[in-house]
Amino acid sequence: MEKDTKAFQRVYTKLFQLTKATVSLNASGIGNDELAIVDGRLAQVVKIMGDVVTLQVFAGTEGIPTNAEVVFTGKAPTLKVSDDLAGRFFNAYGEPLDGSEIIGEEREIGGPSVNPVRRKQPSELIATGIAGIDLNNTLVTGQKIPFFADPDQPYNQVMAMVALRAQADKIILGGVGLTNDDYLYFKQVFDNAGALDRIVGFINTTEDPPVERLLVPDMALTAAEYFAVDKKEKVLVLLTDLTLYADALSIVSNRMDQIPSKDSMPGSLYSDLARLYEKAVQFPDGGSITIVAVTTLSGGDITHAIPDNTGYITEGQLFLRKDSDVGKVIVDPFRSLSRLKQLVIGKKTREDHPQVMNSAVRLFADAANAKTKLENGFDLTDYDERTLEFAKGYSEKLLAIDVNIDVDTMLETAYALFEKHFTPAEVGIRQEFVDKYWKKN
Amino acid sequence: MNTIGKVNGIIANLVIVETEGTAAQNEICFIEHDNTRLMAEVIKIMGNKAYAQVFESTRGLKVGAKVEFMGHMLEVDLGPGLLSKNLDGLQNDLDKMEGVFLKRGEYTHALDDHKTYGFVPLAKPGEKVTAGSWLGEVKENWMPHKIMVPFKMEGEYTVKSVAKEGEYHIHDTMAVVTDKEGQEIKITMTQRWPVKVPIRAYKEKPRPFKIMETGIRVMDTLNPIAEGGTGFIPGPFGSGKTVLQHNLSKNAEADLVVIAACGERANEVVEIFTEFPELDDPRTGRKLMERTTIIANTSNMPVAAREASVYTAMTIAEYYRAMGLKVLLLADSTSRWAQALREMSNRMEELPGPDGFPMDLPAIISNFYSRAGFVYLNNGETGSITFIGTVSPAGGNLKEPVTESTKKAARCFYALSQARADSKRYPAIDPIDSYSKYLEYPEIAEYLNDKIASHWTENVFNAKTILLRGREAHEQINILGDDGVPLDYHLRYWKSELIDFVILQQDAFDKIDASTPLKRQHYMLEKVLEICDMEFKFENFEKVNPYFKRVINQLKQMNYSEYESEQFKKNEKELETIIQERKTA
Ligand SMILES: Nc1ncnc2c1ncn2[C@@H]1O[C@H](COP(=O)(O)OP(=O)(O)O)[C@@H](O)[C@H]1O
Ligand SMILES: [Mg+2]
Repeated sequence: MEKDTKAFQRVYTKLFQLTKATVSLNASGIGNDELAIVDGRLAQVVKIMGDVVTLQVFAGTEGIPTNAEVVFTGKAPTLKVSDDLAGRFFNAYGEPLDGSEIIGEEREIGGPSVNPVRRKQPSELIATGIAGIDLNNTLVTGQKIPFFADPDQPYNQVMAMVALRAQADKIILGGVGLTNDDYLYFKQVFDNAGALDRIVGFINTTEDPPVERLLVPDMALTAAEYFAVDKKEKVLVLLTDLTLYADALSIVSNRMDQIPSKDSMPGSLYSDLARLYEKAVQFPDGGSITIVAVTTLSGGDITHAIPDNTGYITEGQLFLRKDSDVGKVIVDPFRSLSRLKQLVIGKKTREDHPQVMNSAVRLFADAANAKTKLENGFDLTDYDERTLEFAKGYSEKLLAIDVNIDVDTMLETAYALFEKHFTPAEVGIRQEFVDKYWKKN
Repeated sequence: MNTIGKVNGIIANLVIVETEGTAAQNEICFIEHDNTRLMAEVIKIMGNKAYAQVFESTRGLKVGAKVEFMGHMLEVDLGPGLLSKNLDGLQNDLDKMEGVFLKRGEYTHALDDHKTYGFVPLAKPGEKVTAGSWLGEVKENWMPHKIMVPFKMEGEYTVKSVAKEGEYHIHDTMAVVTDKEGQEIKITMTQRWPVKVPIRAYKEKPRPFKIMETGIRVMDTLNPIAEGGTGFIPGPFGSGKTVLQHNLSKNAEADLVVIAACGERANEVVEIFTEFPELDDPRTGRKLMERTTIIANTSNMPVAAREASVYTAMTIAEYYRAMGLKVLLLADSTSRWAQALREMSNRMEELPGPDGFPMDLPAIISNFYSRAGFVYLNNGETGSITFIGTVSPAGGNLKEPVTESTKKAARCFYALSQARADSKRYPAIDPIDSYSKYLEYPEIAEYLNDKIASHWTENVFNAKTILLRGREAHEQINILGDDGVPLDYHLRYWKSELIDFVILQQDAFDKIDASTPLKRQHYMLEKVLEICDMEFKFENFEKVNPYFKRVINQLKQMNYSEYESEQFKKNEKELETIIQERKTA
């Protein structure tokens, strides 16, 4: 990689310690977090002890000799921001993938946090048309939410669909260990939708060195802050897959001999992830950053440190699962949650939305119990049978990810299912709503 | 002359300083960097090396940076003006900071130097006073705020003069006292106090003997917390810890509420300062924000200040307790504070305890909880801090160091269950695993039976038994099948469901259901237990479920209606009709 070397930059050529991810040398006047170029590779200061400086080399240290040239740049990693970003794709260092130049103001990535009192409470519903989201787990501008999905599930497809329907001014894609196929898929979907000029991509693919990935989310979020703060735009950031980001963190901390905590993850995993996700924000002047991310699970285990810490940080999570009864992928209503939904449901949507949502999920849970009974060879009651019928309709007409209808239609569809299978007492919604919306026949 | 030093090492927010002179454990120092001064706290000393945790980002910091040691520990300002504030973990007023982003090295005052307060003297010349004695009173919002002898003043003093009634600034002299040698000491409305040291300006800390009404049925009815008591809420993510704490902060019967948002989401803090200025305090009719102080160190704010935030909050709570007020202190989440300790301990390469947490974690947690309590002040008045913290166990597994340490320190355990949250049975407090040790205190039982009804505690234990038997019956039904058990099992199960749906479950987002006064809780529990006591006739088990659903539905409609309103009575009547259909005894 070419980097211009300026006159005042200090050059060193004596490394005395190398690990797989780090190098150490004697140097003075070096700032914490500062960037350097080690043997042509980008590196960052992670520890200073007296005159010993330890650098993390993003692309790994393979083949670096002890007499390699180390040039300190005197600054933390930066991204050049301007409207010029729109419609373009970059690598993890913020350099255009097509080799062209970008003109803009240079900003440090991973910058400071927004003062909480300068935030506005999110209140704008994001309509995706997917009832598993809009009805049960309504998304709100300024929210941060991941998909928790097994690697074989179509999370990138659903994410692209959500992004295109979300009516964002900019969509910023942070590809963290993205397969090349998925990268091309995103490009193609956005292109087909005529949305390419609203996209900015920072892409690290599976072919790139894993430690480089650590820069991608900060790059994406720095670009997002430029559009949301400077331009007051509605920005949607897609980060896929942050499990690979956490894996890269553990590689680095492991090689720096830090004491690992649960699942070999660094003890600071919570803070590291929170620093990214908390960039999601709604500003009073209309600018906003919404983050939709992906956390892949291994074997559906959500107690693993990565999804576990993520769940404690984000404002809910969306689970995809295949419903074998209807043969479709659905948004699982039990484990999925949007914590911001109560800011909009029943307020920006019809008043009975919260109750309809809860009742339908409760009846779906009854159906799950009935199914367990069936599997255990027990007889079903009449009520059990009806819940099973209901569950099929609910799954097919509302939970499936191929549904695309507005919220009022979702509510009507729910009532139609309630009326077909249950009495108002069994559904248990407030009498005033039954009086108003339950069709008397 | 303050000790000075130079930065000699930097690992993330841990800085190693070579000192030229003495430094003290927990001493505050400032590191010069780029025309700003970064605040840090000494956490270890080895020879002439002081290890300090920096309360800010250390990006760009270089070896050789100048350091000045301040000669005191982390302190906060105490005085009128703390209420309704949004403060950070170091007590900076967030509203006074400029710009959209937090700038490092920017420190703002929590108190308002230019504001005046109407002062009324309470003490008279000649009176003997000690630390914490009330010299006068100002109004803060509507709350009487006592101007006290500073807590740092040891021994006995004599009041020489007290300012006359009138408007004063916080730094004006409100009283002059003399010590034993006759030295005069001027006292203003403000004082400073180190947050890690408990304020002990009280005579006695008895066992709590009253309960604090929270409006949350599953707490008040089943496992009440004492005024001055401690409790904790462990639960996996999404199980309802924060909603429960917010609900407590809105509805609990406290004079004022201090909320420490410790390492959690910024939007949750935004929710409080957006909604609380609009919401009414049901007891006083004033706005909720008027009785609330927020200490926010959200997860994206500097990690070291997270630990400070809970101590800052506790110190502010102790300050108001010394005025004879009933304070509710909430911390969400104490696990983030423990994690901050773990991060620093790891960076210092200390020998780790279980899960990498510092060895002394249990001691740190129990010392903190022990600062809560009900107290008799030296003047005979009472004050209290009721403390409830949340715990975020890794993987939702309660067998982890923070949960286990907290369990030893707190007297109430409100375990949130994933299964209940998944089935939207909110608040998801597990009725069987959870407990309140206070129910075992004879003085609390007496208080409850006196305040609510003579047989109240008996009813409570009765309800608990029904819940337990219901769970057992349900397990049997699941194993043996609906028709593999006697009909009575179904009845038992559905009676426990009745308690679950009507008493335990409560909609935090419904205007009426969100908070239930004790009187109404009493009425509803009696009503439900009465039904549980009845015998019903059923032809077969299939009839049990739909019948109880109808019963539950009427009772739930009652929960959603204004107490004793037309609608409430209408549903009660319909309930009566339904009961008569099948009641045999
Ligand atoms: N009492 C309640 N009533 C209704 N919904 C609730 C209640 N408690 C929690 N919830 C739902 O669960 C979500 C998560 O609750 P929260 O308190 O944020 O969880 P935690 O703090 O344990 O992670 C909320 O956003 C809300 O949708
Ligand atoms: Mg929470």
